[in-house]
Amino acid sequence: MNQPPVIEIKNVSYRYDRDNVLENIQLSVPKGAFLGLVGPNGSGKSTLLKLILGLLKVKEGEVFLFGTPQKSFKNWDRIGFVSQKANSFNTGFPATVYEVVASGLTKKLGLFRRPGSKEKQAIKAAVEAVGMEAFLTRNIGELSGGQQQRIFIARAIVSKPDILILDEPTVGVDSKNVESFYNMLAYLNQQMGITLLLVTHDIGIISDKVTHVACLNKYLHFHGSMQQFETLDEEDLSDLYGHGIHLLDHHHEHQGADV
Amino acid sequence: MIEAIGQYEFLQNAFLTGMIIGVIAPLLGAFIVVRRLSLIADALSHVTLAGIAAGLYFSQTFTFLAWLNPMYSGMVFSIIGSLFIERLRTVYKHYQELAIPIILSGGIGVGVIFISLADGFNTDLFSYLFGSVSAVSREDLWLICLISLIVIATVYLLYKELFLLSFDEEHAKASGIPAKSIHFIFIILVALVIAASMRIVGVLLVSALMTLPVAAAMRMAKGFKQTIAYSVLFGEIAVLAGLVSAFYLDLAPGGTIVVASILILLLVIAAKKFTKAG
Ligand SMILES: Nc1ncnc2c1ncn2[C@@H]1O[C@H](COP(=O)(O)OP(=O)(O)O)[C@@H](O)[C@H]1O
Ligand SMILES: [Mg+2]
Repeated sequence: MNQPPVIEIKNVSYRYDRDNVLENIQLSVPKGAFLGLVGPNGSGKSTLLKLILGLLKVKEGEVFLFGTPQKSFKNWDRIGFVSQKANSFNTGFPATVYEVVASGLTKKLGLFRRPGSKEKQAIKAAVEAVGMEAFLTRNIGELSGGQQQRIFIARAIVSKPDILILDEPTVGVDSKNVESFYNMLAYLNQQMGITLLLVTHDIGIISDKVTHVACLNKYLHFHGSMQQFETLDEEDLSDLYGHGIHLLDHHHEHQGADV
Repeated sequence: MIEAIGQYEFLQNAFLTGMIIGVIAPLLGAFIVVRRLSLIADALSHVTLAGIAAGLYFSQTFTFLAWLNPMYSGMVFSIIGSLFIERLRTVYKHYQELAIPIILSGGIGVGVIFISLADGFNTDLFSYLFGSVSAVSREDLWLICLISLIVIATVYLLYKELFLLSFDEEHAKASGIPAKSIHFIFIILVALVIAASMRIVGVLLVSALMTLPVAAAMRMAKGFKQTIAYSVLFGEIAVLAGLVSAFYLDLAPGGTIVVASILILLLVIAAKKFTKAG
C-alpha cells in the first residue's frame, strides 16, 4: 500500500514584505517519521510551519496534507501543533491541567457539543502519555516550563492526530529535563505511532532520536534520512548550513526566546 | 426589608435585576479578566453613557420620541462602540490598547454634548451614572431578563470555544475554530451586559462589577470553571449587600456595590495570606 506523505511541500516560497524568507522549498514528511527541521534563528522555520498549518497563506507553490491540497483540506484535527509561544502564555490563567488538555478537543467535538465519557478517557490517556497524570487538578501556572510544555503536548495529542508539529518546544525547559522531554517525544513516535515534525535550532541533542533531518536557512540545504545525514562530514555541514552545526555536542546550552 | 419588597414593585424590580446582573456581569467578567480586556468593558460603558444621554435628550426634546427608553439607545451605542473597538484593534494591530482611549474619550465627549444639550445634570442621568434602587421599571426588568437569557445560553453553548479563545488565541485560530466570529459574539455579549447592569450599578461602575469579583475569585479558585463559580458567588453577595445598604442608608447602589466588592476582595486576599502563614 502506497500512502501519501503526511506533509508534502512543493516549490514553496514566501515573503512577508520585500525579500523571500523561504525560497523554493521541497519537503516531505513520510508517515511514521520523526523529522528534525533545523536551522539558525530567523531561517524561516516558524514561517514554514505557519504555512503548513494555514496560519499564513501559501502564495507560491503548493502544500499537500495527507495527499489533499491544503486549500481543500478539512481534517485539521489530524494535525496537532505545539507552538513556539506555548510557553509564553499568560501563566496566571486560572485553568487546571485537565481544562487545558480538554481544550484540545474543541475543534473535534464541534460547536455546541460537550465532552462526554469517551472524551474524558481520551483526556486522561493523553495526560498519561506525557507522564503528567499526577497533576490533573493543578493550575497550569503552578507547573515548571517543562511540565507546561508536556501539558501542551497532551493538549495537541488528545484529539488523536496523525502528526504532531512542534516549534522549538524546549525553549524554556530547563536543560536537565530536556533529555527526558525528547525521550517522551520518541515514545509518542515509536509506541503511539504519531508522526513528528520537530523544529529546533539544535540538532545535536536529537540526533539519536530522529529518523529524518531537514536543514533550513531560507533554502532547504539538506533533506534526507538520519543515516544519510550522518555520512556528511563537518565541512559539508557548514557548507550546507551556512553556520556550521554541532552534531555531537549533546550538552549544548538552550538559549532563551527566539521570536 | 422582606416586607418592603413584597409591598413595593420598584423594590422587587431592583432586587430581581440585581440578582440577575450579579450572575451575568461576573460570568462574562471572568472571560474579560483572563483575556486582559477589562479596559474594553470600561470603554464600552462610557459609550453606553453617550447612548443614554442621547436617549434622555431625544425623549425629552421630541415629543414623538417620548417613548424612547434610554436603555435601548445605550444598548445600541454600546454595540456600535464594540464594533468600532474591533475595527480599531485591527487598524492598530501593534497598538491594540490605543482603541480604548479613543473609544472611551469619544464616549464621554458625545455624552457630554448631549448632557449639555439637555441642559445639564438631572436626577435621571444621575441614576444611570451611579445606579438606583428606585429607577428600575417592569419594562427594564423584562429587557434585562431577556438579555441574561441570551448571555447565559450563549456562554453555555460556546463555553469550550470561549475558553480556548481566552486561554490561547493563537491555538484557537490554528485549530480551525471560527475564532473571529466567536470573539465578535463575545464582544456583543459584553455590550449587552453593560447595558443590562447600568440600571443598578450605573454606567461608571459596571466594569467594577465585572472585574472585582473575578479578581477575588482568581485568588482562591482551582481552574476556570471554579473561577466562574466563585466570581458569580462574590458578585451576588456584593450586589445583595450593596442593594440592602443602599436602600436603608439612601445611597446610590453603584457605590455600595463596589465598596462591598472591594471588601470581599480584601477579605479574600487577607484570608489567603492568613492560611498561607498558618
Ligand atoms: N510577521 C512577520 N513580518 C515580517 N517579517 C517576519 C515576520 N515573522 C518573521 N519574519 C521574518 O522572517 C524571517 C524568518 O522568521 P521565522 O520563520 O520566525 O524564523 P525562525 O523560526 O527560523 O527563527 C526572519 O527574518 C523574520 O525577521
Ligand atoms: Mg521560530
